[in-house]
Amino acid sequence: MRVLYFAWLRQKVGTAEEDVSPPAEVRDVAGLIAWLTARSPAHAAAFADPRQVRAAVNQDFATPDHPVAANDEVAFFPPVTGG
Amino acid sequence: MARVLVQEAAFDLAAETAAATAGRVDVGGVASFLGVCRADDGLSALVLEHYPGMTERAIARIAAEAESRWPLTACTVIHRHGRILPGEPIVLVLTASSHRAAALEACAFLIDWLKTKAPFWKREEFASGAHRWVEAKAEDDTAAARWTGAA
Repeated sequence: MRVLYFAWLRQKVGTAEEDVSPPAEVRDVAGLIAWLTARSPAHAAAFADPRQVRAAVNQDFATPDHPVAANDEVAFFPPVTGG
Repeated sequence: MARVLVQEAAFDLAAETAAATAGRVDVGGVASFLGVCRADDGLSALVLEHYPGMTERAIARIAAEAESRWPLTACTVIHRHGRILPGEPIVLVLTASSHRAAALEACAFLIDWLKTKAPFWKREEFASGAHRWVEAKAEDDTAAARWTGAA
């Protein structure tokens, strides 16, 4: 699974992307966040305030209950501020 | 089919306006919104990050929604990324239609939805060397929500 980070999440995690292999119990976006949070203090800092984190699965916005699978591209980022 | 560009380079409003009407005699009005970088609080630059691939797809989807709601003869969205200085353009939305209401409404809709549904993140850089990420604004959500359910 390819995980991407943008904006301050990228800065807090310390990388723009990583390949991860979460266990089978990780079935959705919320589960992936919980699993990533336990990976390092930097991940924990990035995901500390879930209200400020948005997700996309395979480049579509995704809610916490959206399923994730081994070959997915999952991205985490703050609420968007373009325009 | 909308013209959607996500690019670092600046763009030319006059050229885009001319392209929207070139060779046509059914266009009654062209509306445009040009977003420009302000120098609030000593800001020296905005740095826009995007999600290559998803950003283009998200804008194309928003433009397709505009084209399904209003009878547009042209629809152009150009959004820059990278480092942008005060006074420089950030985003262009341009719509054309036989009548003004469709062009004006579609233009407002596009910028409202771009603000809340297109993956871009702005970081402000200041002359002092300080920098900060721009936070999403509740009024942008309110502006986007006014188009929900409206045809």
